[in-house]
Amino acid sequence: MSEQKLTATPGQTIGPFYGYALPFEKDNQLLPPGMPGSVRLQGTVTDGAGETIPDALLEIWQADADGNIPQRTGSLVRDGYTFTGWGRTAVDNVGNYTFTTVNPGPTEEGSAPFISFVIFARGLLNKLHTRMYLPDDEEALARDALLSSLPEDRRRTLIATREADGGLRWNICLQGEDETVFLTYPGA
Amino acid sequence: MEMEENLFSNSHVIEKLDAAEASQDQISAEIAAVHAEYSKGVDDGAAEETQPRIDFRPYRSSLLRHPTKDPHHVDPETIELWSPAFGHQDVHALESDLTIQHNGEPMGERIIVRGRILDGDGHPVRNQLVEIWQANSAGRYIHKRDQHPAPLDPNFTGVGRCITTDDGSYEFTTIKPGPYPWKNHYNAWRPAHIHFSLFGTDFTQRMITQMYFPGDPLFALDPIYQSITDPKARDRLVATYDHNITSHEWATGYNWDIVLTGSNRTWMEDEDAE
Repeated sequence: MSEQKLTATPGQTIGPFYGYALPFEKDNQLLPPGMPGSVRLQGTVTDGAGETIPDALLEIWQADADGNIPQRTGSLVRDGYTFTGWGRTAVDNVGNYTFTTVNPGPTEEGSAPFISFVIFARGLLNKLHTRMYLPDDEEALARDALLSSLPEDRRRTLIATREADGGLRWNICLQGEDETVFLTYPGA
Repeated sequence: MEMEENLFSNSHVIEKLDAAEASQDQISAEIAAVHAEYSKGVDDGAAEETQPRIDFRPYRSSLLRHPTKDPHHVDPETIELWSPAFGHQDVHALESDLTIQHNGEPMGERIIVRGRILDGDGHPVRNQLVEIWQANSAGRYIHKRDQHPAPLDPNFTGVGRCITTDDGSYEFTTIKPGPYPWKNHYNAWRPAHIHFSLFGTDFTQRMITQMYFPGDPLFALDPIYQSITDPKARDRLVATYDHNITSHEWATGYNWDIVLTGSNRTWMEDEDAE
């Protein structure tokens, strides 16, 4: 690991008034709804009182269905064909979020596929990183290094549930009994 | 813009949730207590803090919105070692000038903000998306929940984007934002600031922060700025007035460099060259 030469600039809250800045057309559609292979990924963001948060912003970043890491540009223009792997959405008035995306494939043979999430909100003074794992490959989940290092009741906060229509549901709790596991990385 | 009428038809309605129970003295005393505890800790050998506290009581909205458990340390895997790619089809070159988005000149002090984005190892963050947003010169955002009775400027939306150059530089032309009141406590005012959104080479470096202006009298009173307990870290959010960026009969100039965390990916000299 390289030695840190510079100290990172502090983060700050996104504040409540990002509405004209960060949302963009089709920002939550990594591919168009209804396209073959598309899934709906949805959930809520709640605070320590169990109330949903109306002014959070979420970003996801993921591999494609074959486990490849996209490096194609065009996330802000959404041409309807290019899968860029990145999406952003503001939660709605009642704290729900929705993405249209694909189930990411494992990036390495046998690894547990996940979607990387970053969470911003008014009242949240710095970004939060976390991962949402797909629920389907239980063996891969059992082998996963991060999940294995967590107690059972914490581990389940990172695993989505599969809905009857094939969609994914995953709720994010910033605080409280079901507080989501948030992550830091070396160098942070 | 048709949305504006819809959004602002009731712009003077003050919602009841404007409780503002605490006084500035109470908030300032709470800030001072946290800072004193931090300073004592550093004197006793604790590590210096470089990021804001996420549990910071003087910022009332943080109370129920901060995780209570320590973050889990992990090594980034695959997708986390990369950031999404952005290109020139994503951002038009003119989007970095916030003063030309409408039919006339916005009101206020025209400014140029310029700087470099580096990672913790000193590498430039190249060809990556930078987004900014801000209040207008009167301290008003175009947002349905910004209800304070300062004028909207029909020639200023307060939103800009650019893609960094090969040496990690960005530049925006905009208007100096005004301070504005908010509802954290009685008579709470935010120092003037510009919000910045940044990506690094790894997704782990994703950052949203705020740039402040030198000498702002509201710094000491602001619980968001003061949530950064270390004065050296707070200073990193303050731009420098730079007369070399100031341009003749046109705009005053500020410089602000931004450092993301170090990259966990093996860095190659030409990896971002296209």
